[in-house]
This record gives sequence, structure tokens and C-alpha cells, in this order.
Amino acid sequence: MPLLSGLNLTAMFNVEDIRKDFPILSRKVNGKPLVYFDNAATSQTPKQVIDAIVDYYSNYNANIHRGVHTLSQEATDLYEQARYKIQAHFNAKFSHEIIFTSGTTHGINLVANGFSTLLKKGDDIIVSALEHHSNIVPWQMLCERTGANLKVIPMNQEGELVMAEFDKLLSENTKLVFVNHVSNALGTVNPIEYIIEKAHQVGAAVLIDGAQSSPHIKPDVQKLDVDFYVVSAHKMCGPTGVGMLYGKEAWLKKLPPYQGGGEMIAEVTFEKTTYADLPHKFEAGTPNIAGGIVFGAALDYMNSIGFDAIASYEHELLEYATERLLEIDGLKIYGTSKEKTSVISFNLEGIHPYDVGTILDKLGIAVRTGHHCAQPIMDYYKIPGTVRASLAFYNTKTEIDLLVEGVKKAKMMLS
Amino acid sequence: MSIEEIQNEIIDEFSMFEDWEERYQYMIDLGKDLPLIDDQYKTDSNIIKGCQSKVWVHAEMQGDKLVFTADSDAIITKGIIAILVRAFSNQHPKDIINSETGFIDEIGLKEHLSPTRANGLVSMIKQLKMYAIAYQTQLN
Repeated sequence: MPLLSGLNLTAMFNVEDIRKDFPILSRKVNGKPLVYFDNAATSQTPKQVIDAIVDYYSNYNANIHRGVHTLSQEATDLYEQARYKIQAHFNAKFSHEIIFTSGTTHGINLVANGFSTLLKKGDDIIVSALEHHSNIVPWQMLCERTGANLKVIPMNQEGELVMAEFDKLLSENTKLVFVNHVSNALGTVNPIEYIIEKAHQVGAAVLIDGAQSSPHIKPDVQKLDVDFYVVSAHKMCGPTGVGMLYGKEAWLKKLPPYQGGGEMIAEVTFEKTTYADLPHKFEAGTPNIAGGIVFGAALDYMNSIGFDAIASYEHELLEYATERLLEIDGLKIYGTSKEKTSVISFNLEGIHPYDVGTILDKLGIAVRTGHHCAQPIMDYYKIPGTVRASLAFYNTKTEIDLLVEGVKKAKMMLS
Repeated sequence: MSIEEIQNEIIDEFSMFEDWEERYQYMIDLGKDLPLIDDQYKTDSNIIKGCQSKVWVHAEMQGDKLVFTADSDAIITKGIIAILVRAFSNQHPKDIINSETGFIDEIGLKEHLSPTRANGLVSMIKQLKMYAIAYQTQLN
């Protein structure tokens, strides 16, 4: 029997202690204590991660993979250790299946570009109706280049993908399926296990956008049998400008390099260049060295709290926030799937989300308003956008109470 | 009244408020009095880009003066555009082009002036001035 089963994980989880790790949470905004509910856009940074940035630049800063000098070797070791940490976290089979990127969008574009040489006219690419623009536009561009067709898995009122329709879209022409693990606008957790299994049955590859899942769920890429998985460090308490593309070794070997430059080559003559082995084939130029190393520190931090404890506590926050917000007359929540991360997208009847967000900002409460780079979802609901409160493990029920009071005040001022 | 006189009048009105709540409440009320754009002009081409909410502005010459009408689907944005319309509408295009916009700062809406703000106050001012430049060119 696992050691932790039967224990109340949230009881072991002391949010007040955790909050002390985040310096920014003690600042004021517009004269009020900051309430940060825009975690789906970017998470806040704990001092352990900030210290890792300072430590790198104070003690190890050098270019990597080339120098014979000690600093360069130490920096290279740290960078490659971070790759091992990421490999272990996502349970990749090999460390060379982990490609450092500048973030999720970069990872998606790298794969889309690679597939442009593998697709032909008449092939199908399937995306979901819940995608972020960054997971729609690269595929539209790819379809324009190759003559492939873009097909869309529709959604329902609850904000869930309709799997029966997905089954109908699949055929022997399907070459690629791209779905986010969790919707950024609604928080829906998509049934990626089913999607991956079905896509593989027709021989299609699957890329999962893990930008919104990775802060809440620890995915096992081998167990999922997923072909590609992409994430951004800055949603996981890490720095901006760095992320990861996981790809199965066989696929990464098949895809051509994305960018030319230093690091990605083995030998260069004017007649021919031979490419470096994985992962360097996809890591042209000097990478974001500090970012990669600190990404590892961010994973260490999150794992020290534990993803089970995080998920359990965030679920408790989600239920509390949902219940409290629904006390407000005329408030409607968009995205009511049973499987959801701690994201609440809502509107007040007859009031523009921008107005609500502006008043909340005056009260020191940070939420996101607008279409959340997912216009097709807003078109589906026929709304200009929503107010999105996305909660993290360092948020509290007291902050949710402040949000509820803030929304009530906004309603009073704006009605 | 000249643009400057109107702006001073707006500054006086806003100086009476003690906190942001009163300021915003007033702005919301001003939004309700905005001279509304005729539906026929509420077209995509009259939408100001750079706003998270939709803002439509129409301009036409009445005699030698340029008159603005506008609308927005967000009420705070409507209040902001109402302040601008009050300051710049029914004026000679030349005066609109040469006018200052520092009064926005003085009435405590400085935060909306940053180009990164989603409400697009900067885009709105630019658009009003662009209309003025366009009509002034016709007059020349």
C-alpha cells in the first residue's frame, strides 16, 4: 500500500508557509494587498527559483558545450542536469528526448515545421475547438504550405470536447492530432488518453499542449504513449522564455532541424553539413542557459510540495470559489466540465468582462479578461470574452472571499 | 468653449473626487451621456483597433466644426471615450490637431495612458486626431 494513501494531503499542506516563499505576494497594488488570480497566464516565482537565477549569474555564467575552461564545464553540467530533472519529471525514456525551447509556442512551431516535409495534399490534421491561438495558427500555416486539411473536434455547452465527433473525424488520412491537455480559457481537462489511443489506431501522431496542465498535473509521457508534449516553464513557477518539447526518439530523428546555427551541427563544409545528434539537432545557437537551469530549480520546488498535494488543495479552492461566485445573481460560469483544473471563467449578465476586470484591478485583484487567445470558444458561446480567475496552490480562501466581494462591488458600480 | 477651457472644466469636476471609486462612478455616469453613434456607422471599419472592448467612433463636419459620436460595449470604456468626445467634439479640426492631452493625467486616468493598457485610450486619442487631420486636409 502506498505510504501516502489514506492521509489527508491538504492537512499536510500549509499554505501560509508556502506563501512566505513568494516575495511578490506581500506587495500592494493600488494600495491593496495583491490578490493574484492570473496564474494561467503566468505563475509567480518562489525565492528558491529567484535564488537559483542569482546563483547562476553569480557563480557559473558561461557559454556551454564548447569551452574547455572550468566555468563553461560547470555551466554545461548544470544545464544538462536540468535536462535530466525534466526527463525524470515527465518520465521520458531518454534525456535526449527533451528539447529545450523558448516556450510552448516555440515547441509547437518546431513540430509543425518538421511535419511540413512529411505531409502531402489530402492528409488531415485534427485540432480541437478548445485550442489557444498558438495551437491553431501554426497548423493553418502548415495546411497552407502542404495542402493538408484542418479538421476541428467540436465542443459542447459544458466546454468539453465531443469524443463521438472526434471518432468520426479520424481516418487513414489523419496524420496529426493536436489537442491541449487543459483548456486555458475554461480549465477543461481533455481526455487525452482516449485521443492518443484512437489516433494511434489510424497511425496518426499526437502532440499535446501541456502549457495549462503542467502546473497542476504531472504527466507520464511514456504511460500516455504521447508522441510530443510541450510546456512552458513560466507557468510552473519558473522563468519566462524557456520551455520543453518532449518528443519520442523515433519522431525527433525523423523531423528535420528547425533552425540552423551553432550547436545543431556536427560538421560543416560548404558542400554539406551533417547535423548533430539529439537533442542538439533542435537547439541551434546559444540557448537560454540560465532559463534551462532555473527551470530545473522550479521543478524541484514544485515537486518538494508535491503534485498530489497541489492538485488536492487546488481542487478544494476551485470548489469553494465556484460555490461562492455562484451566490452572485446573474453570474454565469463558462466551462463546467467535471474534469477541470482551478480555472473559473465567468461573466456578469449584461456587463462587459473588461469593466469587471478594471474594477477588480482597482481593488488589487489580478484577473484576466478578454478572449484568452481562444476566440473560437468565445464565438461558440457568443460572448466577447470572460473574466478568468485562475487559482494556484499559493492562493487562499480568504483571497477568494476578496474576489467575491470585488465582483459584487463591480456589479453594483456597473449595473 | 475652447478645447483647453473644456479640459480645465473636466479637471475641476474630477478634482472634487476623493478616491478612485467616485472617479470611476462619475466616469460610468458620463458614459451614459455619450452622444451615441448612429447605428449605420457602427461598422467594423469604424472600430478602433487596440481595445479589448469594442469602440466605434464616427466623425463628420458640421459647418466648420468636426463632430464626434461614439459607442462602446464596455461601460468604463464608454466613459473614457465620453470624456474625449466632450473635450474634442464640435471643434475646428486644426484646434483638435494642436490640442494637448495632458488633462487625462490630471484627472487621475494616467494608468489608462500606457500603450500596453487593453482599453486603448492612446488609440482612441490617435483616432480622433487622425479624423481631424483627414478633415483638415480636405479644408486646405
